[in-house]
Amino acid sequence: MTAQAPLVAATAVSHRPAKRRTSTRLLISGAIVLGVLVLIAIAAPLIAPHDPESVVVDEVLGAPSLAHPFGSDALGRDVLSRVIYGLRTSLAVSISAVLASMIIAVPLGLLAGYFGRWVDTAISRVLDMILVLPAMLLAITFIAILGPGSVVAAIAIAVIYLPILARVMRTSALIVTRNDYVAGARARGSSHFRVLIGHIAPNALGPVIVQASVLAAFALQLEAGLSFLGLGTQPPTPSLGGMLSDGRDVLLQAPWVEIFPGLAIVVAVLCFTLLGEGLRRSFDPEGVAE
Amino acid sequence: MTSRLGFVLRRLALTVPVLFVMSIIVFLIIRLVPGDPVRTMLGFRATDENVEQVRHQLGLDQSWLLQYGDFIGGIFRGDLGTDIVSHASLSDLLAQRLPVTFELAGLAMLLAVLIGVPLGVRAATGGKWVKRLTEGFVVFGISIPDFWLGILLVLVFAGTLVILPPSGYVPFADDPAGNIRYMILPVLTLAIGEAAYILRTTRAAVTSVLDRPFVTFLRAKGIRTRRIVAGHALRNAAPAIVTVIGIQVGVLLGGAIIVEQLFALPGVGRLVVTAITQRNYPTVQIGVLAIATTFIMVSLVTDLIVGWLDPRVADGAAT
Repeated sequence: MTAQAPLVAATAVSHRPAKRRTSTRLLISGAIVLGVLVLIAIAAPLIAPHDPESVVVDEVLGAPSLAHPFGSDALGRDVLSRVIYGLRTSLAVSISAVLASMIIAVPLGLLAGYFGRWVDTAISRVLDMILVLPAMLLAITFIAILGPGSVVAAIAIAVIYLPILARVMRTSALIVTRNDYVAGARARGSSHFRVLIGHIAPNALGPVIVQASVLAAFALQLEAGLSFLGLGTQPPTPSLGGMLSDGRDVLLQAPWVEIFPGLAIVVAVLCFTLLGEGLRRSFDPEGVAE
Repeated sequence: MTSRLGFVLRRLALTVPVLFVMSIIVFLIIRLVPGDPVRTMLGFRATDENVEQVRHQLGLDQSWLLQYGDFIGGIFRGDLGTDIVSHASLSDLLAQRLPVTFELAGLAMLLAVLIGVPLGVRAATGGKWVKRLTEGFVVFGISIPDFWLGILLVLVFAGTLVILPPSGYVPFADDPAGNIRYMILPVLTLAIGEAAYILRTTRAAVTSVLDRPFVTFLRAKGIRTRRIVAGHALRNAAPAIVTVIGIQVGVLLGGAIIVEQLFALPGVGRLVVTAITQRNYPTVQIGVLAIATTFIMVSLVTDLIVGWLDPRVADGAAT
């Protein structure tokens, strides 16, 4: 019973082997590179060649070399080690923000989609209020109130994506609710709670997971943008956006200070995008997440 | 005609609660600061008299309802208060800063449309290589953060080729040629990501129109693809393109905050970021208010244009 959504997905793509191959390729390549990045982030203390915060006066703006493959910055700090630690911060903030958003959005969307009527109206209208401000402006507003920092940035990003994820969950739950087996479960005397947890949630989660992986790419860019503005992760903790901000003054003398952190952001964003696109083609052929 | 007028009125009426919610969010900025916002603003060296004076000046010693009334009344009177750091009038500050942000965002959106729409049409009608190249542009445009693209552009055009300034600004009225030289890189930085989204939407919209039976009929009549696209497909795809432009304005205004910082442009975004680091809350409030109002108004205008371009939208809203 609970395998309904994957079955639909499988039959929907089985007639298009070329597209299925592409989606599998996207999924696997995105997942592998992202997996490597997450491993690098987790094992940062073990694999970073230098202390990311140690200042070495003799190596100020040193060009890439064997000792410092990505060069060193204006304070003589090793750029490779800072990129590894920065990646750790950026991934931690963006992934935890999207997960936190999902934890709140899934039950809200589930209730709105399943019960409909006033429950749906109340939840949807309240969440719509969040969409009144553009994402970056809302994040900045949060930071203006609570002060800069990576935790506040993660909270702001989680709130920003809440209405989007809840809306996807609502639509998905609405579609699943119309299935006969849901009516059957209710007729057998199952409680609303049992139906929601046992039947609706497992079958409606696919599009939300797809949307979450797409949003993780935006979350990563948003976190980097906030840190670039000096409003996200605060120094001395390395962050990719913060590194780009620090290197602006020495951009023309030492471009490596800017190029490598930027490349790390682009690769991480691309991984989430590929993963999201692969998941969408495999698990959301009806395009609910769009 | 009546349904269209009804659509316009309904859409205008819908803007009122949105503006109200936005005003509440902006109003709350200073009031939700943990602890004493005035003490936070002035620093812990400020004397108690000073703190009380500023609290009274900002009206924070009144009830929230009265404060909100004063806040809204001030906006309607054009009295937005004063910047607590420079003591300049916030109305004057906005009058100086808004044109810079509008110029940046307006030119970036114009350039994004000029790149995105023709490329989107080519992507929908072209061969395999055109499709692959445009797909590559979309992935590049969406994945690359604005600020990093800006840094790369500075590296190439200001560092290597030395043909454009890396940052700075002169008003158009003082030096039109200088203004354009300073705006090229920021506008390009903002426009490329937006162009990718517009390209993707145009491609999808034109492709879906080209699949419709009336296009098969036009083709059977011997009408060339170029004429079908110009005369029919683009017209039918226009509402979708305008809708995405309306949505992307929010992203563009958010991106403008970063780009202004990167290129040292004296716009509203830079004003807000500087004000946050100085805990200059009245300026943060008015800057956020200005950007959010712009976003809401542009969304209203694009929705009205969509209703005008596609009467089905207006009819659907009226029924």
